[in-house]
Amino acid sequence: MSKDKLFGLVDLSWRFELTKFKLIRALFKSRWFPLLAIIFNLFIFVIILIAGLIGGFSAGNYNFGIMIVWILWWVMLMFVLVPIFSRAWCLMCPFPIFSDWLQRGALFNVNTGKLNGLNLKWPKALKNMWVMNILFLVTTFFTGFFTVRPLATFILLGGIILLAFIIGIIFEKRSFCLYVCPVSGFQGLYSQFAMAEVRRKDPEICKNHKVKTCFVGNECGHGCPWMLAPFHFTKNTYCGMCLECFKSCPHDNMGFNLRPPGVDLLVDEKRGLDEAWKAFIMLGIAMVFFLTMQGPWGVLKDMVRGASLKGYLTFISLHSAFSLLIVPAIFFFFSWLSKLFSGAKEVSLRKIFTNFSYTLVPLGLGVWIAFSIGIILPNGSYILHIISDPFSWGWNLFGTKNFPWTPVFTGSLGYLQGLTLVILYLFSLAYGFRLARQTYPDEAQAKRGWIPILVFLTLTTLAFLWLYIG
Amino acid sequence: MSAPSKIIKICFLLSTFYFLFSFWNSFAQSEKFFEIRAKKFSYTPNIIRVNKGDLVRIRLISEDVHHGFFLDGYGIRTSAHPGQEGSLKFVADKPGRFTFRCSVTCGEFHPYMVGYMIVGPNSRFWMYGGIVLGIGVIAFLTTFLCKKQNVQG
Repeated sequence: MSKDKLFGLVDLSWRFELTKFKLIRALFKSRWFPLLAIIFNLFIFVIILIAGLIGGFSAGNYNFGIMIVWILWWVMLMFVLVPIFSRAWCLMCPFPIFSDWLQRGALFNVNTGKLNGLNLKWPKALKNMWVMNILFLVTTFFTGFFTVRPLATFILLGGIILLAFIIGIIFEKRSFCLYVCPVSGFQGLYSQFAMAEVRRKDPEICKNHKVKTCFVGNECGHGCPWMLAPFHFTKNTYCGMCLECFKSCPHDNMGFNLRPPGVDLLVDEKRGLDEAWKAFIMLGIAMVFFLTMQGPWGVLKDMVRGASLKGYLTFISLHSAFSLLIVPAIFFFFSWLSKLFSGAKEVSLRKIFTNFSYTLVPLGLGVWIAFSIGIILPNGSYILHIISDPFSWGWNLFGTKNFPWTPVFTGSLGYLQGLTLVILYLFSLAYGFRLARQTYPDEAQAKRGWIPILVFLTLTTLAFLWLYIG
Repeated sequence: MSAPSKIIKICFLLSTFYFLFSFWNSFAQSEKFFEIRAKKFSYTPNIIRVNKGDLVRIRLISEDVHHGFFLDGYGIRTSAHPGQEGSLKFVADKPGRFTFRCSVTCGEFHPYMVGYMIVGPNSRFWMYGGIVLGIGVIAFLTTFLCKKQNVQG
């Protein structure tokens, strides 16, 4: 049987296991990794917090916290970490380190007994992305403050770390990371497009391994802190790549694989309206962020920075309505057309709506990558200043304090953004038709049902093209 | 009519068309002047439109603090203090939409203080728009013209 190939070129079942190399496997099995990376990032975050506190209400473009978080980290997340390495940021994120320390009673050693804290189970009804969706959306209400005012960044990041700690005291393991962290939601959704994964290698080994130490833990590693079953999970969405399963598996049966982008989009498990709304929210926020930050309309900037209370409340209302209602409503209309065109009466509209929402994952990622290009090229040079003088105390650690503001390749910005949108639009189409085949029982219905979604994706891409370069 | 003579006639027609088009375009090129006022954190006018080849003159006036003006794609800049204006003069020889942005830290929203200069025709947008539409049409045709596709479902 011939294989399904993406664009007729790449076998969707292709995997390349990086952990087959001894050094990489040894690294993944070592308790020092990713602990050292987390500690390093904790050090950076301490500097960010101090810089935020010292920076106060000063302009953010010469502040370490603002530049590292909203320029460097955000762009790295969208460009590299998520599309290529899935939830690799979660691997090295310092947010939950204090709650991990509290729960385990140690940072390095393995606690094989009962974890500290209350260890309550997260409410079943909230074991999805809804809390993260709302929290992330609410966070964006303050984008006019925390992306420009150092103290606001301090409050935001400090608040997240505190919340992670409190939730870690009350609930079991990485409940914060799974269900609350504002960063976790879009990482989880877009990681389905990523070119890397953690999976078990040989299912027979797992089948015969009765103890399932990847889940319950042993003296070498904790049971999955993300409460997954590493022996059989099939999507990146909730895997934080903590690598505990590499350490706790006595058969070395976990693998870190490179793979074609987007394969998780075809895994028909745990698809839900929470993830659909995440996709809508991300598209909506991208549009609003572009209009307010990279658009020329001063009235919008005044609204988002709270120049007047009325303007600010108007921004919050319109922003929320757009992301939560208008974008989903437009998509619902095209989903309804899909059902109509297909003639498939037995397929529910909910299934059509939910399944096809995953076509927005590649395009949404493209929209955000293009947005991030518009952030880093004009503003990346500020990073050279702030690494030499992180607290604006007149230091010059690396001799780059006086490096002038230097926009880079901004003349090519439009070409790069356009190219990004076109490429990711192609991926959305490639997976979109496959999702149509999964949704509808026969090929003819799938073809007819696919057309409205194709039109929606095309119109959305054109809309963002117009926004970014039109 | 022989093939070579057909080719020659087509080339002649295309050349004539190109000459007429360029000739007409040369009349469309003109001098454009813009007085741009900068005030935290936007420009007025915030969008300026010119044609490719236009000689563009900009007078930058600040209404509050020291503001800058850097034009993407052209790499030129000026600045203005209240009471001391800046100026630029250049030929808009590259088509497309280009952002001009504040190049002097003027406050917390300084990085977002931008405007647009659109040099028509915006060939970049039309090119990508055409590509997207073309891909969409091809996807549509491929869906219905190809026989049973070996795709996961």
